[in-house]
Amino acid sequence: MKFDVVIGLEVHAQVNTKTKIFCGCSTEFGADANTQTCPVCLGLPGVLPVLNEKVLEKSVLAGLAMNCDINRYSKFDRKNYFYPDLPKAYQISQFDKPICIGGYIRVGNGENEKKIRLNRIHMEEDAGKSIHSDDPAVAKSFVDFNRTGVPLMEIVSEPDMSSASEVYEYLTNLKQTLKYINVSDCNMEEGSLRCDVNISLKPEGSEKLGDKVEIKNMNSFKAVKAAIEYEISRQTEMLEDGEKIVQETRLWNPDKNRTYSMRSKEEAHDYRYFPDPDLPPVICSEEYISNLRNSLPELPEAKKNRFTAEYGLSDYDAGVLTSVRQLAGYFEEVIKLGINPKKCSNWITSELLGKIEDAEKIDSFSVRPASLAKLLKLIDDDTISGKIAKTVFAEMIETSQEADDIVEKKGLRQVTDTAEIEKIIDDIIAANPQPAEDFKNGNDKAIGFLVGQAMKLSQGKANPQIVNRIITDKLR
Amino acid sequence: MLYSKSVIELSKMLEEKRISSVEIAESYISRIEKYNKEINAYITFNPEQLLKDAAESDQRRSSGKTKSSFDGIPVAVKDNISTAGIRTTCGSKILENFIPPYNAAVYQKLCDNGFLLLGKTNMDEFAMGSTNESSFFGPVKNPHDFSCVPGGSSGGSAAAVSAMMAPAALGSDTGGSIRQPASFCGVVGMKPTYGKVSRFGLVAYASSLDQIGPITSTVDDAAAMLEIISGKDGRDSTSMHSENDFSPAELDGNIKGMKLGVSEEYFRGADEETASIIRKTIDKLKNLGAEIVEISMKMNDYAIPVYYLIATAEASSNLGRYDGIKYGYHSPAAGKLSDLYKLTRNEGFGNEVKRRIMLGTFALSSGYYDAYYVKALKCRTLIVEDFKNAFKNVDAIISPVSPVPAFKAGEKINDPLQMYLLDILTISANLAAIPGISVPAGKTGSGLPVGIQIMGNHFEEKKILNIAKAVEAVSEKISVDF
Amino acid sequence: MAIDRKTIERTAELANLHLTENEKIEYEKQLNDILNYVEKIREVDTSAVKATDYIEEIKNVFREDVILESINRDEIEKIAPEFRNGHITVPKIIE
Repeated sequence: MKFDVVIGLEVHAQVNTKTKIFCGCSTEFGADANTQTCPVCLGLPGVLPVLNEKVLEKSVLAGLAMNCDINRYSKFDRKNYFYPDLPKAYQISQFDKPICIGGYIRVGNGENEKKIRLNRIHMEEDAGKSIHSDDPAVAKSFVDFNRTGVPLMEIVSEPDMSSASEVYEYLTNLKQTLKYINVSDCNMEEGSLRCDVNISLKPEGSEKLGDKVEIKNMNSFKAVKAAIEYEISRQTEMLEDGEKIVQETRLWNPDKNRTYSMRSKEEAHDYRYFPDPDLPPVICSEEYISNLRNSLPELPEAKKNRFTAEYGLSDYDAGVLTSVRQLAGYFEEVIKLGINPKKCSNWITSELLGKIEDAEKIDSFSVRPASLAKLLKLIDDDTISGKIAKTVFAEMIETSQEADDIVEKKGLRQVTDTAEIEKIIDDIIAANPQPAEDFKNGNDKAIGFLVGQAMKLSQGKANPQIVNRIITDKLR
Repeated sequence: MLYSKSVIELSKMLEEKRISSVEIAESYISRIEKYNKEINAYITFNPEQLLKDAAESDQRRSSGKTKSSFDGIPVAVKDNISTAGIRTTCGSKILENFIPPYNAAVYQKLCDNGFLLLGKTNMDEFAMGSTNESSFFGPVKNPHDFSCVPGGSSGGSAAAVSAMMAPAALGSDTGGSIRQPASFCGVVGMKPTYGKVSRFGLVAYASSLDQIGPITSTVDDAAAMLEIISGKDGRDSTSMHSENDFSPAELDGNIKGMKLGVSEEYFRGADEETASIIRKTIDKLKNLGAEIVEISMKMNDYAIPVYYLIATAEASSNLGRYDGIKYGYHSPAAGKLSDLYKLTRNEGFGNEVKRRIMLGTFALSSGYYDAYYVKALKCRTLIVEDFKNAFKNVDAIISPVSPVPAFKAGEKINDPLQMYLLDILTISANLAAIPGISVPAGKTGSGLPVGIQIMGNHFEEKKILNIAKAVEAVSEKISVDF
Repeated sequence: MAIDRKTIERTAELANLHLTENEKIEYEKQLNDILNYVEKIREVDTSAVKATDYIEEIKNVFREDVILESINRDEIEKIAPEFRNGHITVPKIIE
């Protein structure tokens, strides 16, 4: 039997403001436990919340970047439940009037392009963190409230996804967009991006949706993909055997590579949502929204399209360069200084990216655009060969010197003086009579060896094209 | 006797260097030591610290560095207002030994003006009650008749001022908790417009209804205290900026030409003596030149159910944080986590609190939310409209504060519904977010005080304070006989 | 609408209150009395009325994204019933 897979995602992204959503505590990651708290985020008796204006701004920006409608009237609600890391025994969230509704994220390419619709984006506060002791003699859990009150954006999709790879792409594009507009670090490993998957299967073509399973505890995009693939096969097997899918929450276990059922709760939570009387509503004026819209940077898709159109780059190359906004910026700065876009693109993709752990680190890369431009110019005007340039580049990274300084100091200038090269070639031909003879007699491949020898003798500095030409002239 | 002076009188005497702050403190200390055991108005009282603070104030005064003209005057603060380093119990076992690390906004204002802390006053647990009988620290007695309740939930504050154990006190009012005990104890009690005074540091009972206000022996004192504690606060999103145009100097008690609204609905259920005192007072106001206008408040009958649904719903959420984990009482019997929650809360909360949490949780729960909570919110809209319409035609609304004067302790404690019904005259002001003041109007035959209530439109504190002054001028002064 | 014993128990569960048997009986009666009285609100025609979510005309109250000092961890330790190694400590949370 064939099944349609129906997947929806709930993503929680930490908003990268300096302070928490309702108090002035720092949100910086990695502090000692319980050193970034105050009476407000600790939920002491008598405290009250006040909304961080930047959290609203960044949430609206996210909505605008993902094609949502911004709710002109939006409010906060209390979600009531008991848990040690939730100090007030309620989470301040948004229930029926979230800040953004609708919207979409694109996945796929060209003909296969698909819009994954969003249901909503809303603002809420994060809870704290608990660590559980494994020692049965201790039987305690330890709570750190540093994270309580950190602002979150909850991004809920419609169940429009139908495969693990589609979900992976959705997450990649979502992360890219949020990072482009600088509203979240989106780092799953650090916990600034969390993802819950809702997945169900139904017989192919059927209208009726199957029973939904929620999956939690995935710590990377890869894990999300693996978890979904596991679930699809688990559920497929069950359905083919005529078993009913239990509607439940399952946890992904990365060590065992499978999902496990959470001890089932007797009944669904009754969160008793009601409007939070401590927070006035948020009214977004047309002016406020249009100002924010105007402040949006060029978004990934638009930038990529512009790169292919304006710079004649391939779709793939444009995609690599625009994967991270800062990298695209770096690229454009280099070509602003007169470097050919294709050559620059090639250098970045084949030489530069390998030198940094990931494209996100480009801003702290020691070789700045102006310096790279100088290096590329040296290749362009034949001062050095491409091969030599690679060694120069490595030296630039290590010593922070400029390209021309390195070339001078190490005497790496390409030799273009034909007389000098002729002399080298004469020596090579003399030392290698057989290959010379072979070439002379029509074996084209033999020139490679001779060129190689000439390069070796000239310590790589002879211009290979000139070497090639002169050998050819001499022998043929 | 210094303890019989008003705040403004004490301020004058201090300025004129006729007395010292230490002398004032000593006067109240001996008064408290004499009577508090019986009356039980104070939960926390630290005479050594008070004398130290008073001495420091005297120092400031002698070196010309007073913080304000009130520097050195001690006041009592209701025990649901956060005072850093000083126990804040809310009258509950669950916070019996809780010492907060921060000051409430209003308390900070008092300190910044040089007021001294006389002590933290007794109250109904978590401000839920009208008789101060639900306190974990024992009931408070009415200074005019020790067998009677002082009213609540600010029973301790009202009793302290009434018994001259404090020149002034701060209370909180969610459904009448300042006005009703003020009426029962024969003192002035004022609930400001919602949002006029910061709630930051006021332990929340019902967030959309709570307000802090002064309890004093004179109207001028109430005005002076209100001036000190009001103001928009960046830490309270519901606080608003408003004019303070009612300092005692600006009040003249002139009510000529003012239109005072009276509704017959307010007298339904009132006992004879109460009704008679109020009507006589209204006549006196008429004689002073005010015009009495008959009004009808259609939603009056529904105020109690609306209040008890909204207030308990908010309370059930506000009190979720008391779990024995971060602070406060935690059940020693608890082994596993679920026990810690359930036992701590069951042992730590008293009956009235648990009852209201149950009611509020029910009203918000799935299946009942629309029928109860949302319905109540809609009715609230109509109540607000009722008052909006009334104030189109009148400057203020006059009524009794309570249908009955202070009753015997223990009389109503076992019948919660009967207790709730007594709030009928005060709760509408909280629902509509308008200011209200209770001023002593007279005494019953058995010597129990009866207060009259004056309600005004949003931020019209000046109007109602002026009317209150007029009442004060024509009413007998009420004081205890000890 | 009457509250039955089952609803009392479910409500107590939601509110995390461990009621004794006597309390369940007492509250069932008292809450029913109160709710019967509260039913009065059905008399009010609210079909054309919006719920008052917010009593005042205020909106858009914000604070700036500026770091304010956090409290010292010692303060938390002072008030916490159980505190170990910088953490609030509770009986083990079992999922």
